[in-house]
Amino acid sequence: MTKEPEIRDEYVADYEAFSRNGGSGVPQWFEDLRRAAISQFSATGFPTTRDERWRFTNVARLKDTKFALANGERPTLSLGEVKQHVLGAGADQCLVFLNGRYSKELSSIGGIPQGVLAGSLRDVANSGSKRVERHLAKYAKTSDSPFTALSTAFMSDGAFVYVPQNTIIGEPIQLLFLTASAGRPVVAHPRNLIVVDRNAAASVVESHIGLVDGTYWTNAVTEAVVQENARLHLYRVQREGGEASHTATTQSHQRRDSSFALTTIELGSALSRHDINAVLAGQGAECSLYGLTQIQGRQHVDHHTTIEHARPHCNSWEFFNGIYDDDSRGVFTGRIVVHPGAQQTDSKQTNNNLLLSKGARADSQPQLEIYADDVKCTHGATLGPIDEKALFYLQTRGIEAEAARNLLTYGFGVEILNRIEIAELRDQLDQLVHVRLDEGAERRRAGK
Amino acid sequence: MLEIKNLHAAVDGVAILKGIDLTINAGEVHAIMGPNGSGKSTLAQVLAGHPAYEVTEGSVTYEGRDLLGLEPEERACAGVFLAFQYPVEIHGITNAYFLRAAINAKRKCQDLEELDPIDFMEMLEEKLDVIGWTDSLMERPVNHGFSGGEKKRNEILQMAVLEPKLAVLDETDSGLDIDALKAVADAVNKLRSPDNASLVVTHYQRLLNFIVPDFVHVLARGRIAKSGGKELALELESKGYDWIKEPAGV
Ligand SMILES: Nc1ncnc2c1ncn2[C@@H]1O[C@H](COP(=O)(O)OP(=O)(O)OP(=O)(O)O)[C@@H](O)[C@H]1O
Ligand SMILES: [Mg+2]
Repeated sequence: MTKEPEIRDEYVADYEAFSRNGGSGVPQWFEDLRRAAISQFSATGFPTTRDERWRFTNVARLKDTKFALANGERPTLSLGEVKQHVLGAGADQCLVFLNGRYSKELSSIGGIPQGVLAGSLRDVANSGSKRVERHLAKYAKTSDSPFTALSTAFMSDGAFVYVPQNTIIGEPIQLLFLTASAGRPVVAHPRNLIVVDRNAAASVVESHIGLVDGTYWTNAVTEAVVQENARLHLYRVQREGGEASHTATTQSHQRRDSSFALTTIELGSALSRHDINAVLAGQGAECSLYGLTQIQGRQHVDHHTTIEHARPHCNSWEFFNGIYDDDSRGVFTGRIVVHPGAQQTDSKQTNNNLLLSKGARADSQPQLEIYADDVKCTHGATLGPIDEKALFYLQTRGIEAEAARNLLTYGFGVEILNRIEIAELRDQLDQLVHVRLDEGAERRRAGK
Repeated sequence: MLEIKNLHAAVDGVAILKGIDLTINAGEVHAIMGPNGSGKSTLAQVLAGHPAYEVTEGSVTYEGRDLLGLEPEERACAGVFLAFQYPVEIHGITNAYFLRAAINAKRKCQDLEELDPIDFMEMLEEKLDVIGWTDSLMERPVNHGFSGGEKKRNEILQMAVLEPKLAVLDETDSGLDIDALKAVADAVNKLRSPDNASLVVTHYQRLLNFIVPDFVHVLARGRIAKSGGKELALELESKGYDWIKEPAGV
């Protein structure tokens, strides 16, 4: 195992090489952001489990592996291979990123409505867009997470989506991040910025899909700005490869009367840590976070959520379910901060965890920090195996024990999947959930 | 159809049923009454196959088969249905989805094709019509946030859909208003046929005005203390249970 200071030095050296080569040719302000971020990372290094925010998640597998920047790798992939991951609805507004880099050939952007911008962040930043400069890296703080610091330091590509005032986009904009043929451990830092301007409405599907079994790492950051009276539903699907690591921050910033919903589904990777930071920065804003984790084997998924009620009269709902089989492990932290003066806050948090085997484990911790007096904050968590009473009830209705077990487990999943308003996406995920349930039932039947 | 002989059952090592003898023939309706804690629900749960209840002695034969040797789902398949005193809430699964899973499980053991969602909805509408209910509860998760009466009605709907041969109703009438009570009685009476039978656990004579039983039994301290015809229920209503002392042979 390499010593911590040496690891930091390696990342700084990687950064220097990157800013001279692959990362060069960007505007000065962009370069300044990166430079500030690498010094931030070099000051803290990787988090340890001594840090309260990282108590349950050990990132040694990231620290101890030498990852090369994936940006340079240009594996070939056919359109056919990509197509199966593209939703029919909005198929012509799909940006495809291969190993972190925008692929013009694999993307299909003909359907993007006039006035709407959806393209490579790198291209847009280089074109001198003031919009990108105004918002990029202004919300996700490098001091919040070493992984956000790394993302900002190695910022090079990702998606930029801008929906202008009064524009309503019916079909979802799809952002597809694929990792292919990583012959050696590589890391990609996809960086996304979504701005939905006043009175506009859109939905975005951000999918991370691994097409390889080997070791690689995706470190993604998405900043979403939802302006006055605008609406954004962001869907996030994590289906990385079995040996992959996935670290991510989804940072939202909402203005007055806006509405933001995030539905995040975690199925893949060996290790996943997703920080969700939602800031309600305008009166009357509403935020809903829904999450479903379904994992098995030795998979580990950690959701670390923070909702900040900075202004009065805002509502937030948070509803996360986890299904853990084999020796998998789930973590949920639900931090709610109500700032002084944020009166009439209404906040509700629910976290249910289903443990399907003796080896599975989940930790759930609500953290309420309330500095206003006229607020309503409720939270509840459940943790445990399948409810035996419910199991018997289903059996008395003729449903065989393993099928009944699956039906009850499916109930946990469908509670979240029902929040997905894109039928095709919902059906696709429903299918994936069922496949896992059936595999689990097979394993149990065989084990008996 | 059902023959219970010297049935003893315990839960967590505590003996609760202490020698039940009861025979139910096809075409009959039996009512079971008795004080709180006398073992009525225990008997019902044992018949349905609840794993927490241990049968320590005796036998139950259902249509010539050893009922106690069957898994709960096999009993359901063979036509046994229990309407729970306390129906269970289920996360996420809608009533419609659940009912379809149940009816298809039944069809599977009858070697029939599964019903697709459309055929199922048609069948369901029909059943709802017959018992005079709307489908407002169909898209809600099973029993989740249902009122006491709605949960009981839901049990009856399941019974109506599954058309059991032997229906065991555990206090399905408790907490129902008079219209719902009549609907429950209607549903039970509809199932009445020379091939079917019911065992109705109740505290109230009121229900037995609508479901007229062939036999009434009083369960006390884990045994059948008295058996009689429908007039026994009236007698119990006016006199209470105290006058029944000696267990009577059946
Ligand atoms: N897990 C348990 N451990 C110990 N005793 C139990 C357990 N479950 C039930 N009992 C006892 O068994 C007895 C019979 O309970 P049962 O529910 O069968 O009564 P019941 O006749 O249905 O009553 P009620 O009219 O109130 O519904 C009661 O004394 C009850 O406390
Ligand atoms: Mg009872």
